[in-house]
Amino acid sequence: MCLGVPALVKAVRGDVALVDFGDGVEREVLGATYEDVKPGDIVIVHAGVIIEKLKDEKLDELLRMLNEFREDLEKKADELLRSLSYPSEPTYGG
Amino acid sequence: MSGKALALLRGGPLVNAILAKIRELAPKAVEAVGQAPIKIMDFCGTHEYTITHYGLRSLMPPEVELVAGPGCPVCVTPAFYVDTAIKLSLEGVRVYTYGDAYKLPGSGRPGGGIRSLEEARAAGGDVVVVYSILDAIRRASREGKDSVFLAVGFETTAPATAAPVVRGMLPSNLTIINVHRLTPPIMRYTFERHRENPIRGVIAPGHVSTIVGAKAWRFVVEDYGIPTVVAGFEPVDVLLAVMEILRQLSRGEPMLVNEYSRVVTWEGNRTAQKMIAECCDVVDAAWRGIGFVPESGLAFRDKYRIHDALLQYGIREPGPDEWSYDLPPGCRCAEVTLGMARPTDCPLFMKVCTPGTPYGPCMVSSEGTCAVWARFGGGGLAEEIARGIGLK
Amino acid sequence: MTWFIRMWKRVTLAHGAGGRETKEVIERIIRALVPREYWTVKGGTGLDILDDSALIPIDNGYLAVTIDSYTVKPLFFPGGDLGVLAASGTINDLLMAGARPLAALDAVIVEEGFEFEKLLTITRSYTETLYKHGVSLIGGDFKVMPRGEIDGVVISSTGLGVVEGEPIRDDKIRPGDKIIVSGYLGDHGAAILASQQEIGVKFNVKSDVKPLTDLMLPLLKEYRGRIHGAGDPTRGGLSMLLNDWAQLTGTVIVVDESSIPVREQVREYAEMLGVDPLSLASEGVAVLAVDPSVADEILDYMHRLGYREASMVGEVYKPSNPSHAGRVLLRSITGGVRILEPPSGEIVPRIC
Repeated sequence: MCLGVPALVKAVRGDVALVDFGDGVEREVLGATYEDVKPGDIVIVHAGVIIEKLKDEKLDELLRMLNEFREDLEKKADELLRSLSYPSEPTYGG
Repeated sequence: MSGKALALLRGGPLVNAILAKIRELAPKAVEAVGQAPIKIMDFCGTHEYTITHYGLRSLMPPEVELVAGPGCPVCVTPAFYVDTAIKLSLEGVRVYTYGDAYKLPGSGRPGGGIRSLEEARAAGGDVVVVYSILDAIRRASREGKDSVFLAVGFETTAPATAAPVVRGMLPSNLTIINVHRLTPPIMRYTFERHRENPIRGVIAPGHVSTIVGAKAWRFVVEDYGIPTVVAGFEPVDVLLAVMEILRQLSRGEPMLVNEYSRVVTWEGNRTAQKMIAECCDVVDAAWRGIGFVPESGLAFRDKYRIHDALLQYGIREPGPDEWSYDLPPGCRCAEVTLGMARPTDCPLFMKVCTPGTPYGPCMVSSEGTCAVWARFGGGGLAEEIARGIGLK
Repeated sequence: MTWFIRMWKRVTLAHGAGGRETKEVIERIIRALVPREYWTVKGGTGLDILDDSALIPIDNGYLAVTIDSYTVKPLFFPGGDLGVLAASGTINDLLMAGARPLAALDAVIVEEGFEFEKLLTITRSYTETLYKHGVSLIGGDFKVMPRGEIDGVVISSTGLGVVEGEPIRDDKIRPGDKIIVSGYLGDHGAAILASQQEIGVKFNVKSDVKPLTDLMLPLLKEYRGRIHGAGDPTRGGLSMLLNDWAQLTGTVIVVDESSIPVREQVREYAEMLGVDPLSLASEGVAVLAVDPSVADEILDYMHRLGYREASMVGEVYKPSNPSHAGRVLLRSITGGVRILEPPSGEIVPRIC
């Protein structure tokens, strides 16, 4: 369960933080549930409550790893062929 | 997250590359395990959402079966608590609820056949859907009306209840029906019930893990030898988890891996953990259709019992001895919830029990597995239609 | 015991939310009470296909008629108010049947104690929107109900238009047709949700509410007969509209998620609430099912008419198995397929 959505902390007032869910979707949420929330932090919000901070460097690491993984695979021609043959491009749409 | 990162995590060549790897590993895993298909269970409604929303089941090779476990705290909320909230709303007490529990059916007994808070509201009950407990606190403070908050949810949602209690944010006219439940105990319970045809991999709930920490799942590997991956919620996160589980199976080395390290830490959210421990005791608790599971629920500690709605309104919770099975006779919703039966295994499915005339809770709740299967014709319908019209 | 007694004891807000439940009320109560031969005027359409407007045959064409009740909370929302909403909805329902909007009638019910100034603003929006798009207001009704018996204002608005030539009847949608969407989806639904207190946010997306005359009249002039179906994805959004079409025509409709235009903010907000943006209402978007031979041309023309976000999002297929008829499939950006179900119930935020 548990929908969690990343948001940028804009301001903190006591136990409440103002966050931006992206492109100006702003809302006040409960920030008392995480130690040391600061403006500029990227946090995960669940049911209007901050549950964790997003660690940007870990995301970068994952993306770098994924890119390497992809490149590694792309070197292996047969696997690449298979990876491209399924699923094929949709035959509709613009 | 940047649009570029999202694009990478949701689609494109990376997905194809991971899928190729999954198809390569799947037969090896089957060989190593000696049983097919490989049953991989998720324990999170949002993972299940990602799997259905992005059609990931349609991308799996035949050797891999993705099974939904008890990942929805709403579906397992005992009818007793829904009935209690309905009755209070009809008696003039305002009930604040998350949207999920708004449509959740109770026993259908209160008020001469009112089954959900949604129906209670139509019958004149005072029910308000909120996004967050903060909204309930503010409105209750402003309006001064006697109110209760129906607090459902696993460990992820528990801090939303614990923080206002511990920080003294609750106005005296707002009390809480505390139905929080814990995931590790139900996970153990589920494994025990699957001994015949074991679960071979676990996609551990990512946002529960933010609170309890990845360490909470060590027992899955140590006690049950099941590969476990704490995963994020983008399609690539889930696919990576499947790939990692298959890799571990093919090598016969079960491990605990945290794929969601951008959010989840080993220790978890200490502040939230402390707040929950300060606010609540861990108690034996009832699960819908399943009964009491040891140490699987939260109850207010004595010093905070003033916030307990049941105490305030003089309502006594049924104990294990008084527990009555809260599913209709013949209904297999509990097994479906535990991933032990498919809806089509139930003799009532689409015969006595249909979306138009639902019988069990899994069919009533629109997120219930039976309702989803009834609407979508079960796991493979989308693929079947796509094949039929020559889409691929 | 009839179905609704078993299923529902009372009317809930879900029954009016425009999704599956509303459809059930129409099909199982209203249609059940009217003998089939009275579903239409001879030679026209009506309760049989439940299109945006009903059609009555007249010399050299059809008279198109539509009625809707408009209620919205809040009455004044970012991008419009109840008056613009009622006028736009009326005009668009006529346009979606291939009609030129001519006239409207309104029935206004106001709550005792409602401020005249607000009533004036709403009425001005309604009437201005009508006449600026060439529609006359030829009659109406005005009633007041005691305080507390109605919430603010409700406007019922009837529209009349003429179809000069072939009408657009959604039952003519056929396999091979391409599905085109004229702009960003879900802006109205998101803006309304965001302005509601309990689930609100600060949000800089406005409702897209507007009449689509500048799109549909030129399109009808150039491509009448090639546009097989048209609809505005209001309540229930694109999901509801496509499911209606697929069920009406016994086809399978496939859409490609990556080509469906949804504003980033709307996507973010929907994600925060856990709702599907494709179920959110639009009040200024047309969805068309067009002949494949002119699909690219029509799309290009729409772009030139100023509808720059217009996009081809899918195609209509003949089901290989009759049991598949009426389904809508979505190919996700990840490449998997899933069934796009019609929305059900009120839109409420979820935690899991």
